[in-house]
Amino acid sequence: MSTIKEGLLYSESHEWVKVEGNVAVIGVSDFAQSEMGDITYVEIPDEDECVEAGEEFGALESVKTSSELYSPVSGRVLESNKELEDKPEMINEDPYNAWIIKVEMSDPKELDALMDAEAYSAIAK
Amino acid sequence: MKYYDKLIFELSKPGRIGFSLPECETGANIPAKLRRESELVLPEVSEPDVVRHYTNLSQMNFGVDTGFYPLGSCTMKYNPKINEEIASLDGFRALHPLQPEQTTKGAREVIASLEKALAAITGMKRFTFLPCAGAHGELTGLMLMREYHMKRGDSARRKVIVPDSAHGTNPASAAVCGLDIVVVKSKENGLVDVEALKPLLGPEIAGIMMTNPNTLGLFEREIAQIAELVHGCGGLLYYDGANMNPLLGTVRPGDMGFDIMHLNLHKTFSTPHGGGGPGSGPVGVNDKLAELIDIPKVSGFHGNFGIMLRAYAYILMLGKENIALAGKLATLNANYIKESLKDCYKLPIDSICKHEFVFDGLAEPNGVTTLDVAKRLLDYGYHAPTIYFPLLFHQTIMIEPTETESKETIDGFIEVMRKIAQEALQDPELLHRAPVSTPIGRPDETTAARQPIVKCEC
Repeated sequence: MSTIKEGLLYSESHEWVKVEGNVAVIGVSDFAQSEMGDITYVEIPDEDECVEAGEEFGALESVKTSSELYSPVSGRVLESNKELEDKPEMINEDPYNAWIIKVEMSDPKELDALMDAEAYSAIAK
Repeated sequence: MKYYDKLIFELSKPGRIGFSLPECETGANIPAKLRRESELVLPEVSEPDVVRHYTNLSQMNFGVDTGFYPLGSCTMKYNPKINEEIASLDGFRALHPLQPEQTTKGAREVIASLEKALAAITGMKRFTFLPCAGAHGELTGLMLMREYHMKRGDSARRKVIVPDSAHGTNPASAAVCGLDIVVVKSKENGLVDVEALKPLLGPEIAGIMMTNPNTLGLFEREIAQIAELVHGCGGLLYYDGANMNPLLGTVRPGDMGFDIMHLNLHKTFSTPHGGGGPGSGPVGVNDKLAELIDIPKVSGFHGNFGIMLRAYAYILMLGKENIALAGKLATLNANYIKESLKDCYKLPIDSICKHEFVFDGLAEPNGVTTLDVAKRLLDYGYHAPTIYFPLLFHQTIMIEPTETESKETIDGFIEVMRKIAQEALQDPELLHRAPVSTPIGRPDETTAARQPIVKCEC
């Protein structure tokens, strides 16, 4: 059974968002990593690139499948977690600490479209 | 099966030699800067060493000549041996692509006759045999699509629509061709959602790529309406021929409204398949594009001629009446397996399928995944089906028996699949460990993917 961390927001495509002021920290849920299996490759954007809500911003590959990453919010990438490129297993080991990008949000109202932990638990199964 | 895992380099003994060559006559003429300075690292082995090495390795192979191979989406049908006999005839085998044209009349007649046969089977006007496999065919077909629009001065058409159930090669080929990909969703019943398609259409659409029956083995029943809509916005329809087998002699892509298509001779037309062996992905076009493939733009050669010969032999051997039977029997076999197993495997879309269908794992998994089931099948002497594709479900198993198999073979497979479902309930640990009887158990796929070693250091 995968865990769903309280206090985060979730998208239908299984990304989590941790809101820190005007910054959205984005990763993938425990459910997503357990469905994918051992992750072998992470494709992430560079800093200063722009992402848009609902649009692809990167991809994960595992021995089983590959999956696009969709940004839950729009904005500019402040930081991307390049450590994941060498250690993709961090996402399997600790999905809620293995953040992928930090985005400076251009429209924080987009957060309203995301789910809380309780709502997400209905689809993460 | 005898376990054998040596590299030929491990058999090497300094000075051992299994051949003799005359003195090199040209060596002295090769400029010094082009000559190798270090010794060439080759295994030093005798002729029996070589023969035994490769014979032992070959006996660890699994193929359609050794057992049932229900690999969905791949149409692993039996390769009749008469195909090999025809392709081995001296007059064909000894051909050289650059020999004088007046000496290749027979070969060219085969190519023309095969083109005619494929045109009749598919409802297309012309075929080119240059592409060497399916994805190569897709790329060629999309380049033809783009050329068609460009020739009419319609340069704004840069988007290609693909259903979310499409073969991964479809969007990949479109991307290589420099086109943008737009995904159209499937409905609950697994078919393209026509209402979702409508708003995607417009003056930027170059065309749509579809497989019919689709990747779930379901016939896209609304194809005539889809064709009308796509043509209505000025786009073209591309048919991915990977799933042509069930339609052979019954339904023609040309009649469904497709303008461009490829066939996989190594799937539908019984030529050898797998292991990266030579494939053939001829591309057919209708009247609209016929003139575009008349000019040999890519190459003056004709693709994998040996494969074309085998496909032609297959078509002639079956003839018009029997070729229609191949598709019907493939469909019957798939439905028979589906109906016989749907109580112990989860069938996400319960309807009549064509040549293949998809289960979504065990009905009562008990912690056992599709990967475990696939690995356990190896213990029982079957090639595993395609797993975790298409991506529409989490535990996909995709089974395609083809028309090749007898009822006894299929019943044997059904029995084993039921047995595995029982094992999952009684001894799930056994399935997590499977396979236990093969020379190699579970390779560490994760490490292989994370730290691949792609170079042999000798």
